[in-house]
Amino acid sequence: MTAEMLVFFIFVLSIFLGFELISKVPSMLHTPLMSGTNAIHGIILLGGMIALASAEGFIQHVAGFVAVVLGSANVFGGFMVTDRMLQMFKRKK
Amino acid sequence: MSTTAAIAFLAASVLFIVGIKLLASPKTARKGNLVAGAGMLLALLAVLPLLHNAQGGSVSLWKWFLLITGILLGLVIGAAGAYKVKMTAMPQMVALFNGAGGGAAALVAAIEFAHVTRASSLTFVVAMLCAALIGAVSLSGSVIAYLKLEGHFDKPVTYPAQQVMNAVLFVMSVLLALAMASGSHSMVLMVLFLGLALALGVLMVLPIGGADMPVVISLLNSFTGLAVAADGFAIGNVAMIIAGTLVGSSGTILTLAMCKAMNRPVTNVLFSAFGKVDATAAGPDAATGSIKPVQADEAAILLGMAGRVVIVPGYGLAVAQAQHQVRQLSDELAKKGVEVSFAIHPVAGRMPGHMNVLLAEADVPYDQLIEMDEINPEMDRVDVCLVIGANDVVNPAAREDKASPIYGMPIIEAEKAGTVIVMKRSMGKGFAGIENALFLRDNCRMLFGDAKASLQELVTLVKAG
Repeated sequence: MTAEMLVFFIFVLSIFLGFELISKVPSMLHTPLMSGTNAIHGIILLGGMIALASAEGFIQHVAGFVAVVLGSANVFGGFMVTDRMLQMFKRKK
Repeated sequence: MSTTAAIAFLAASVLFIVGIKLLASPKTARKGNLVAGAGMLLALLAVLPLLHNAQGGSVSLWKWFLLITGILLGLVIGAAGAYKVKMTAMPQMVALFNGAGGGAAALVAAIEFAHVTRASSLTFVVAMLCAALIGAVSLSGSVIAYLKLEGHFDKPVTYPAQQVMNAVLFVMSVLLALAMASGSHSMVLMVLFLGLALALGVLMVLPIGGADMPVVISLLNSFTGLAVAADGFAIGNVAMIIAGTLVGSSGTILTLAMCKAMNRPVTNVLFSAFGKVDATAAGPDAATGSIKPVQADEAAILLGMAGRVVIVPGYGLAVAQAQHQVRQLSDELAKKGVEVSFAIHPVAGRMPGHMNVLLAEADVPYDQLIEMDEINPEMDRVDVCLVIGANDVVNPAAREDKASPIYGMPIIEAEKAGTVIVMKRSMGKGFAGIENALFLRDNCRMLFGDAKASLQELVTLVKAG
């Protein structure tokens, strides 16, 4: 089996894992969950860093830099806003 | 990739999975977010030693400066957005963060594409093209969704042959992608491709009504996840593939759950320009009766004398920022021995769970929030149902009028309560743009005015009474 095929296996298994993970969520948690998963795809910041590191020429530098800024805003903003939402879900003492 | 980095990425992926799992339960949700955040930090640290320049050599100081500046700039922007945004504007914020992720995914794909050589594997090129297309659609679509939620568009934008035009654009993008995959590695084509994808995202979201934006944001969220996964393929980063795919599939489930709550197939949401439905399509004979306004003092008496009160909040509550007043009213009524609960429609507000977040901000305990399916069988034992700024989610036409565009949508059966008090700014229509037969029922009273002011008045009156 080639490395590409192995990666494809991981991809398909992750799809099913994602389905199973959140199939039973109370609707009250839908917004935080959407926000939380939104933060997780902020892992694109890694891609932005890798791309910027290998950038050549002015345009690629600009594109890479913008990608890092956007990815960083996505990941940090995403986790912070989710935490802010969730800290309000408290039972009355 | 070194073994250390591989183990770190594996650990990060496990933390994402555990994090999402914990996010799905109210008691552990906050911990889940922190667990996923820890995974992200681990992945970020693990990637640092892997960074290299285009020749595979070490990264120059100038590049490190750019990297660190970029990350800090994003951190500041993200933090400012996350902590400044009002709870009512949460859906907009998620849309913007999602658009940022989509834009980053498209840019990463474009840069990787610039490095493609004749020797590059076709699989990687295809992955890049997918990431560029989906990421750009997600970026422009999210921006339009943001603008719609901010109220910059009154109505869904429609024009003749809309679907045909979108289809043509899509086919053009695919043809362009085929040309690029088959060996034309020109950046001019890439820029054209990104432009087409951006246009496609705009045109896809423009015709969709504001009420359906939650579904759109959720869908675009899973799009971005897939774009990130495709970038992971192209770059060869397993953590990105797993994280992106998890978001893609869980986002799809969430999208379908939302559509289910509105009893509409997802294709109907995306392609039917719902908000433009002709208002006269609703059966005219369904609406008989008259509007019966009520004053705050009478409403206060009705509420104070009730044994059980159910409050149905809607987007109007969010707009009026009246969540703290509604909590006070609930507390005052509870002091008088009235049993108060909140009935939450799954799609009330602009996002699933929007009402929960809003009421949680005002410290309403979440065991007082009851979901639609649980409250409906008890509705005929409720003395007063107070509808605050909700409209379509309590419209009995959804159950009774086959001609209504919302027919079949599950609703909170407010009309079964002894008395229904509807707090509303004016006789305007709900987001679906249709008349509400509930307002004309014999047991329905309308309390007109700004929700915040009216609630404040009710609190004072109940306290005094």
